Amino acid sequence: MVQFTLPKNSKIRTGKTWPKPEGGTNVRKFQIYRWTPDDGENPRVDTYFVDMDKCGPMVLDALIKIKNEIDPTLTFRRSCREGICGSCAMNIDGINTLACIYGLDDIKGDVKIYPLPHMPVVRDLIPDLTHFYAQHESVMPWLETKTNRPAKEWKQSIEDRKKLDGLYECVMCACCSTSCPSYWWNGDRYLGPAALLHAYRWIIDSRDEATGERLDDLEDPFKLYRCHTIMNCAKTCPKGLNPAAAISEIKKMMLDRAV
Amino acid sequence: MAFLTDRKRAEGMGSAKTGTQHAWSMKKSSVALLILIPLFVFTFGAALGGTYTEVLIYYSRPFPAIVAALTIVVSFKHFNDGFQTLVEDYVHGPWEKWLLLGMTCISYGAAGVGLFAIARLAL
Repeated sequence: MVQFTLPKNSKIRTGKTWPKPEGGTNVRKFQIYRWTPDDGENPRVDTYFVDMDKCGPMVLDALIKIKNEIDPTLTFRRSCREGICGSCAMNIDGINTLACIYGLDDIKGDVKIYPLPHMPVVRDLIPDLTHFYAQHESVMPWLETKTNRPAKEWKQSIEDRKKLDGLYECVMCACCSTSCPSYWWNGDRYLGPAALLHAYRWIIDSRDEATGERLDDLEDPFKLYRCHTIMNCAKTCPKGLNPAAAISEIKKMMLDRAV
Repeated sequence: MAFLTDRKRAEGMGSAKTGTQHAWSMKKSSVALLILIPLFVFTFGAALGGTYTEVLIYYSRPFPAIVAALTIVVSFKHFNDGFQTLVEDYVHGPWEKWLLLGMTCISYGAAGVGLFAIARLAL
């Protein structure tokens, strides 16, 4: 059942305000969500001040600076720092995006950073993506074939390969799924934009021979048809992809084979 | 606590192998209402302000009566399908089934009453 208020132990409190850096003339305020399972306390929002003259241009630069120089307990995922790995997905200034490619100049006023919405939190800015990854796995994101393996390779025309553009670039950061209200309310059964985009990527792959089975598996009021074309997924995708369009194409294929 | 694997939890009970017909039905009724609602507004509007006898005579003509009857039937079918989507979105557990059952009875009941009223006027 849909919930409109946070559970008591999830209500966010005001946390610690860390001292401003000495001698800084270009100081910026960061408000960051903090929670640890170790102390049994409610989540809180800590306030940090960063001297922007001594900080890189991206949100991830500021987070790393805070962790290195102010508060080493601040926890977040990061790896490639160039928008390829999808690790540093978080809610920045109200938008789900990747901290490594989101510029601090794009944010007006204080920088507010929260974990991806509506997911269980492991700690601080780290969401638990176990179910998200399992849903991705459930759409069989690999080539399924029935014909005997060819001597060389599975051939694909240039035109057919082009159909995968705008789909294969997904880095599974979960920004889209966690921005989707349908996924918030029905994330246990609705596959969400990311998994469905990957499902479509394999459905339209000219080399894949399990199109029917893939469509069969998706034909469900919850797995697929919870998408109401809200388009938050397309709006928030840090890679500029359009999962809503992919879902729409799956729905069209469902209709084409039924009517 | 259930010791389910992540994959088992994600797969759930598998695909219900349904949903496309519901989506197609919603689309069809949407298009039908796009045509019917303006026709209904104009035909119903033409009868507004008339005396009882004038309205009886007006609705004994086939076109206004058929437009009104179709609008009532398609509207309540569309309403019922839309309500099903709403309930599936926000309500889970036994309440989901009871609400769907109740709203189906109300929708078809209201459509039946509307059709009876049109028939009384038209025949």
